[in-house]
Amino acid sequence: MGRLSVELCGITLDNPVIPASGTFGYGYEYADLYDINCLGTFSFKGTTKEPRFGNPTPRIAECYAGMINAVGLQNPGVEKVVAEELPKLKKCFNKPVMANISGFGVEEYAYTCEKLDREEQVGWLEVNVSCPNVHGGGMSFGTDPKAAAEVTAAVKKVTTKPVIVKLSPNVTDIVSIAKACEDAGADGISLINTMLGMRIDLRTRKPVIANKMGGFSGSAIFPVAVRMVYQVANAVKIPVVGMGGVSSAEDVIEMMLAGATAVEVGAANLVNPYVCKQIIEDLPAVMDKYRINTLSEIIGGVK
Amino acid sequence: MKQGIFEIMENTALTESVFKMVLSGDVSSITAPGQFVNIQLDGLFLRRPISVCDLGENTLTIIYKAVGKGTEQMSRMQPGEKLDVLTGLGNGYDLTVAGKRPVLLGGGVGVPPMYLLAKQLLDQGKKVTVILGFNTESEIFYEKEFMALGADVIVTTVDGSRGIKGFVTDALKMLDYTYFYTCGPEPMLKAVYKASTTSGQMSFEKRMGCGFGACMGCSCKTLTGYKRICKEGPVMRKEEILWED
Repeated sequence: MGRLSVELCGITLDNPVIPASGTFGYGYEYADLYDINCLGTFSFKGTTKEPRFGNPTPRIAECYAGMINAVGLQNPGVEKVVAEELPKLKKCFNKPVMANISGFGVEEYAYTCEKLDREEQVGWLEVNVSCPNVHGGGMSFGTDPKAAAEVTAAVKKVTTKPVIVKLSPNVTDIVSIAKACEDAGADGISLINTMLGMRIDLRTRKPVIANKMGGFSGSAIFPVAVRMVYQVANAVKIPVVGMGGVSSAEDVIEMMLAGATAVEVGAANLVNPYVCKQIIEDLPAVMDKYRINTLSEIIGGVK
Repeated sequence: MKQGIFEIMENTALTESVFKMVLSGDVSSITAPGQFVNIQLDGLFLRRPISVCDLGENTLTIIYKAVGKGTEQMSRMQPGEKLDVLTGLGNGYDLTVAGKRPVLLGGGVGVPPMYLLAKQLLDQGKKVTVILGFNTESEIFYEKEFMALGADVIVTTVDGSRGIKGFVTDALKMLDYTYFYTCGPEPMLKAVYKASTTSGQMSFEKRMGCGFGACMGCSCKTLTGYKRICKEGPVMRKEEILWED
């Protein structure tokens, strides 16, 4: 194991840096720019049972130190991901990939996970429970410990791969949801998904985004993410993947001190497509500066 | 696509709100007129996508309208200052289908990409007509530059203060052409789509996240499937366009 390597749910990562779902496509856009094998892994575009176009445009709004998106899980659907995207990925990425999955009903989550469980290159299933439950009044699965646990249990039944449940920060008590997922069999927790936000255009007096509201991400949300990672990591025994506004090697180390075993980088990729590569290259010098010998030793090391 | 640091050589006002910026740096990834660059600005999170107006061996010209925080900030920058730019974004126009007498229609800040396109079509020996549409005389820019290239230039203004009174389509009706290329506000594109008698290509604009195909922020539906304006666009062929409203 190198200085940067960490173990996530039984799989060793060369480093803890993971581009987050929705900011890295299925990998090959970035493989044109640099060898993506330098990454720990990456979490591919949120995939659903059926193909989705997503929300109407505009889907993007800018904020101070961040952005709001309401893409609405545009993806080609799991059949096409298996038939077309994964074979393309195999040509440019030789590590296990994190498969990000969404659904609008418990059965849908299970269906998609079962399909991806059969794929050799899939290392982990990252289950996004921030979607609305269409059979449960439209409330997000991730805002209710019971619903989040139900999804976790259903997914665990159909896969032998590690299941990481990705939590929404738009809740009163994230710890209770994380614990419910752990009790239901989750192998890890990742957080935070985007925060619900909104912008209004002063000229038109209309919301900037067609969907009115969207997910706020970028460096502005970093302190909220650190706080929630800290709270959850102290409450569960399973590993935590930290994300939310990470854009530098220093941010990665701070997230790990808060309790993260690995760290996802999201919006920063959209501004600087090389950011993950740069973070990985910067880490050794930043570790030296803070007298860190290996990254695995600092996980949860905040005093 | 390439990321590079560019130095501002020139940043001058062409009209009250339209500016011309010449940047020096590595332009090798720019392969077609109609492509765009994405510019990072201090203190602003998202980059600003701007279409390429002209190319030199190591220079790049962009023309932009100061309409928001980002472009206003750009308009205050001085020669010698540096910018982080992603270049070679988008598909650009396909010149191979132009025929002998293509017509190019630019409306407002849709005019700039027509310049490099006209230049390259003229280099290929085509007879190029350019229709430049503006609201009023004081907003006109680049008329002489297009004439200097050797294109036939027609100016239209909505208020009739210069050239033909009306829209670019009023000038288009009077022409005999083999193909059209256009860029401008969406109502203009729609009008050109309806008024044109040949096939053609049109460049679309949408609010973007990344500008290089990763975020799906600028997706649109076409008759040939879902496309990303920043990656499979911004140029679409007339035959594939699906007007959503």
